[in-house]
Amino acid sequence: SHPHKLDFRKSKDMCLGYIQDALLQKQWKRAAEFLTFYIESLEKDFSTEYMGPSEIIWRLGTEILCHCLHNDVKEFNSFIEQMKTLGVKRYLKICLEHAFHLLCNGQIDEAYQSLSSAESWRFGEQTTAQDKELKLIQAYRGLLDYYNWSKQKNVFLEYDKDGFEDLSVEQEMHNSFRKAAVSLKEIIQIPGVWDQFVQCYIDLLEFYGDHEEARQVLNEYAYNSKFPANPNAHVYLYQFLKRHGEPKKSLISVLKILHDIVPSHELMIDFHAMLQKSKKRKKRRLGLEVIFAALDYAGWKENVKAWSCLARQVKQIIISEKHLDWIKQEWNSRKDWWPAFHFSRYLAKQNWQENESLAYEKALVAGILLGKDCKYFKYVSRQGCKDQKKKFRMLKKFVNKHGPVYLRISG
Amino acid sequence: EDYHERCVQCSEVNWGLTDGGRFYCRTCHNVTERTREIVSSAVTSNTRIQTISKGLRKLEKNDEGWEWYVCEGFQFVLQKQAEALEALGVCPQMKDEILCNFWRRYLQKSQQAYCDRPAGESIKVLSGYESSTDMESEPERPGLLHLLPLSESDGEPLTDCSFGSSTGRVSESTSACSGSVDGTLHARKNKKDKLRMSMPMTLSFCYMALLWLRESMTLSDLLRFVVEGHIPYLNVFQCFPEKMKLYGLDLKIFCVESWPVYEEVHDKMVHLAAFLELPRFPDITESCFLHPDMLCMKYLMEANLPDELHNWTCRVVKKIHIGEADFLTLVPENKSTRKVKYDVLAAAVIVVVLKLLFLLDDHYEWLLSDFAQERNKNNKEDGPYFEFKKWYKVIKNTLDVEQKKMDEQRAKYLWRCEKPLFYSAKKKSKVLKRRQIVVNLQNQFGKLSGSWQPAEKPNPSSFQFNWSEENTDGSCFHGHSLKGVLQEKCGLLTVMNPDYWLCTVKLCTEKFCGRLAHYRDVDFPQSYHFVLRLFSFLLRIQPSCIHEEVCAIEHKLFNKKLYKKPKHNPGQRK
Repeated sequence: SHPHKLDFRKSKDMCLGYIQDALLQKQWKRAAEFLTFYIESLEKDFSTEYMGPSEIIWRLGTEILCHCLHNDVKEFNSFIEQMKTLGVKRYLKICLEHAFHLLCNGQIDEAYQSLSSAESWRFGEQTTAQDKELKLIQAYRGLLDYYNWSKQKNVFLEYDKDGFEDLSVEQEMHNSFRKAAVSLKEIIQIPGVWDQFVQCYIDLLEFYGDHEEARQVLNEYAYNSKFPANPNAHVYLYQFLKRHGEPKKSLISVLKILHDIVPSHELMIDFHAMLQKSKKRKKRRLGLEVIFAALDYAGWKENVKAWSCLARQVKQIIISEKHLDWIKQEWNSRKDWWPAFHFSRYLAKQNWQENESLAYEKALVAGILLGKDCKYFKYVSRQGCKDQKKKFRMLKKFVNKHGPVYLRISG
Repeated sequence: EDYHERCVQCSEVNWGLTDGGRFYCRTCHNVTERTREIVSSAVTSNTRIQTISKGLRKLEKNDEGWEWYVCEGFQFVLQKQAEALEALGVCPQMKDEILCNFWRRYLQKSQQAYCDRPAGESIKVLSGYESSTDMESEPERPGLLHLLPLSESDGEPLTDCSFGSSTGRVSESTSACSGSVDGTLHARKNKKDKLRMSMPMTLSFCYMALLWLRESMTLSDLLRFVVEGHIPYLNVFQCFPEKMKLYGLDLKIFCVESWPVYEEVHDKMVHLAAFLELPRFPDITESCFLHPDMLCMKYLMEANLPDELHNWTCRVVKKIHIGEADFLTLVPENKSTRKVKYDVLAAAVIVVVLKLLFLLDDHYEWLLSDFAQERNKNNKEDGPYFEFKKWYKVIKNTLDVEQKKMDEQRAKYLWRCEKPLFYSAKKKSKVLKRRQIVVNLQNQFGKLSGSWQPAEKPNPSSFQFNWSEENTDGSCFHGHSLKGVLQEKCGLLTVMNPDYWLCTVKLCTEKFCGRLAHYRDVDFPQSYHFVLRLFSFLLRIQPSCIHEEVCAIEHKLFNKKLYKKPKHNPGQRK
């Protein structure tokens, strides 16, 4: 025990413990009860401690009110106002989180108002100290401007379709656009993860036909090393380039980076398809690597499309008898664990029961990589032949024919 | 109180003092014309302060209030505490005589009042206290007063009154740091001075007075009443007069943020008694509440243990001579009597008795309990035999429930009061704003959780647990018999258990580590820890305190055995 810690402090710490326990057990009323007794610690705020009572009360109180108030906005707002007066160092943070809360409750206009008024808050040194929060507030306000623009745009398009022309709607739309564009552009320039903002900004630019700017923004977002590695950045760039009919070469180079960062990304199938169509050997080699890498991940185990891609490519290679070494290379690092991971007898049964197409594709791959005596192939082909399905008979024939191949692969 | 004329209306001698300083008869409320220019007792009312301030104090500087000294503040506190104690049933003598005389003596000895100042400073003495007429008129008071040394200035014309250092010295600048005139001085006084007046010291004063009168209140009772709010301690400055402004360093002096600690209060009390050069306190005899035989009876009842155990506690008490007046009575200059803590002593005796009968080594008590249970089956004539297991279950449940309640209450304790405090005038507005926010938030969240009310004050009661024999669920063990765990030997009932384990073989020297023994619950059997925990809860003190006392008792009890055979291995059964 700490003899120097006064009982006041100790009893408040105990009280805090009770509040936290109650919150963890979702006992909101009990939490509110103990918070009531904790509140007087504001009257002796030990600002040397990392999280002083006022911040604690703000965070815990928000949580409790969210669950107890059931949309009593006025009550909640008055609480927030008090929190703002308590901690000027936290003022903008509170404003921001309050805005989030309002957004979650669908109160977009109120959130917009809150953000706008926060934007114009000035408090001497604090304004610069809370610069980050201010930027975020501006960014989110910009996002809401985008949201407004989006609504107005739909109205505008409706009118347009019907042949109406309403200058005021157009005017509003342009206002929102301008406000949004300025704020969004600003925030995107700061290194960080701004997926939502980027997408909205690109949407704006595309609508007004500023493709150059859009392309530049996306390139920056994806390739500027100051920004944290973000798979989505590459996805957005890819989607943009695709939309605008860019040549395959550019698309492939973008997706290559995505493959490097996230081999299990869902776009790997598209990537593989593009690579397979290529005339260049290197690209097709990469394709094999890509598809194998994707199937390393548990989330892809039952992806029929992926298996069919792999099966197709492997079959092609076998038939052409060229580039068997590709398969050998890929299989080398996988032969120890793929059999148990993908081709167990248990999985054979399960796949067969649940998804015949999956079983078919997998059986093909298994038969080639592991030979016709492997458990998976044996089971599936037997089942398939029992059911007198033509393609399984073909499968069996195929594998039997190319049987010795697997020896060379696994050798 | 010095006025002894018979009332003209009812012929009684029962005088009180109105706010205006006139005498009035308490029996028939007849107000006389007789006034006192000087008030008789420092502690009885606010009249004194008002009188002084009206006549003699520098008034109302800038409407900021009176000048007041720290010891005046403490005087208020003591007054309020004494009133509260009176409301709890303590005799009025405590407030009107004993406490105020102790206080006066303290002020004199610590040179805050009633005494000479070093040469050069003006001598100001409160009038009316030292006059020899006071002492002679009350011969039946305990012999305290006539030992009160007279001040050298006795007999001088008594004009001015003021406390403490000469007012001329205290400059404007020091008073800015505190509402009181000498707050700064007091706060900076040598902190090691054990007897510097403080809030815990007020309780030492109270306890000392209670002990002098041998009232039925132990120190642990007193402190429990303080925490429960029956005795002013926390935020007691709320009752200061409006004009006594409190701020700055006064806060450090008068605001508590910790509950009083038993050992600290007791320690200060005994040092205070020595400092005041008090004589031997009134004897603690067998009929006193504080005597171990009495307290053991009380605690046995509260702990829901069989009444028959009382015979055993008395035997232990007798054997080690701790029931004797010379052992129990406080003689301030005698260091050994200073160590006696009546409540802890009684609890420790019970623990030792339990160890004697049940061994409490986590084996034997359960075996014995099963044995008693067996015997109970065939037991038709006598009352039920006491089974340790049953008792343990009942007590454990209750204790767990009560402990949990107490923990929650402590977590819900409200330290702040409506009267806001601030360190300086500059901070005032900020503090008031904060208070407003706190009140708003408390209301807001209080509504959410149902009706917002601070925990109710429990009714003051000497007993925390009440077990009634009318309970049909058999949860009261008072009437149970110990025959189930005793055996007959030579016509007497003795313990079945031939063994005993000592808590510690060697007592520490207090000089080195401040304690006789040290306690870690993992080092001892769980049953022993449980029993300590029970009494620790009842007395609101650490188990180690009781453990220490148990060690001391055991050493007295087994003194001969211990020191006869030094070869014996400690801790093993003998």
